[in-house]
Amino acid sequence: MNGAPIGGISGVMDYRIKLDIFEGPLDLLLYLIRKNEIDIYDIPISMITEQYIAYLDAMKSLNLDLAGEYLVLAATLLHIKSRMLLPVHEEEGAEEEDPRAELVRQLLEYQAFKEAALDLNNRKLLDRDLFVRKEPVDDRDDDGDSPIREVGVFELVKAFQRVITERGGDFTMEIDTETMSLSQRVSEILDLLNEKKTLTFNELLGREFNRRSIVFTFLALLELMKMRVARAFQQAPYETIRIYLAVELEGTEDHEGAENGY
Amino acid sequence: MKELKTVIESLLFVSDIPLSIKKMKELLDDVSESDVAAAVRELVDEYSRREGGVFLAEVAGGFQFRTADISTPWILKFRGGRPASLSQAALETLAVIAYRQPVLKSDIEQVRGVDVSAALKGLLEKNLVRVVGRKDVPGRPIMYGTTKRFLEVFNLKDLSELPTLRELKELEEEETFD
Repeated sequence: MNGAPIGGISGVMDYRIKLDIFEGPLDLLLYLIRKNEIDIYDIPISMITEQYIAYLDAMKSLNLDLAGEYLVLAATLLHIKSRMLLPVHEEEGAEEEDPRAELVRQLLEYQAFKEAALDLNNRKLLDRDLFVRKEPVDDRDDDGDSPIREVGVFELVKAFQRVITERGGDFTMEIDTETMSLSQRVSEILDLLNEKKTLTFNELLGREFNRRSIVFTFLALLELMKMRVARAFQQAPYETIRIYLAVELEGTEDHEGAENGY
Repeated sequence: MKELKTVIESLLFVSDIPLSIKKMKELLDDVSESDVAAAVRELVDEYSRREGGVFLAEVAGGFQFRTADISTPWILKFRGGRPASLSQAALETLAVIAYRQPVLKSDIEQVRGVDVSAALKGLLEKNLVRVVGRKDVPGRPIMYGTTKRFLEVFNLKDLSELPTLRELKELEEEETFD
């Protein structure tokens, strides 16, 4: 560590405009390393920490939303700094790992992907640098002449309301022995779709008369549609809604799992 | 074999997605895959020699007519609107998915040091990435991978055409020092 002068506080003013262009704490740190022409394998932690914190202060003074991740890295930097100050016990034999090692590894990894992102963006991109005669339609597996149309969220909500009113009278009170989570229900539906390929909306809801279960199933379905994993189709308004798996799930162990009824 | 080449050219012209050799062979009866491949190669050469406004590109496991670079400004003008672009956050997230697939959301966040929910959602909506399965660990978290559309948009024949990560070798060497 050398006692390089800290261009921090006054320098920060010049860079205010850049604050919002950082992709995150690692990006900011990489920027500081590059700006100071520092060897990434030998980061002067004290100086970098001060500059980093000066940036955070500037962000705060501008009332920028300071993501928690920035503070986490600040804490990490301070921790490394304090470890660097501790005397190294040479006599203990085994070389202690440089306290900066993990951070360096993370920075190099992030830098590699940042460059990969740049490489991707430098390629000839469709609809920016080159074009095709006709844009591919999203529903490729849809054979144009079938009257089947994709169901949107609003129709699903309507269908959901119908189910709720249809089954409304029969709602049973039951003691909740198992607590269900949304992600668990998402998993179950995925398994079911993976096995059966297609389900009607009613089949999906099954014999559920528990309002909570119906709501969970519905929310899970919306989640799957949002993730573009499941798609819903129907022939005409108020017709049966069918749910399809939009992608083939890979991984063979999934099938066994589905049979055992996770 | 002249007819074969003609038919293939027409098929490529009407298709709105890259056509694979396999798909063309299925459409054309009694033709071997190598004959189809040879005819496609000839077409690729012809278009490239001609240096015209379209060329036959090998992309996403198939072949597709694409426009020449030189025409881009005028095509953009003709089409109106702004050219497609991705944010830095989206590109970085996409890069991690492309190189690390199948990958968990938490792994991407580990690399980028930030929450990637919004970027991931955008990529899913653009159909550049997809859910490829779930990891067999408690909670069965969802794994993400790139789509065929990703190859089409980034003008890649297949994933192996992605350049190797530059810093990765350096990284591995560094680790052996520890």
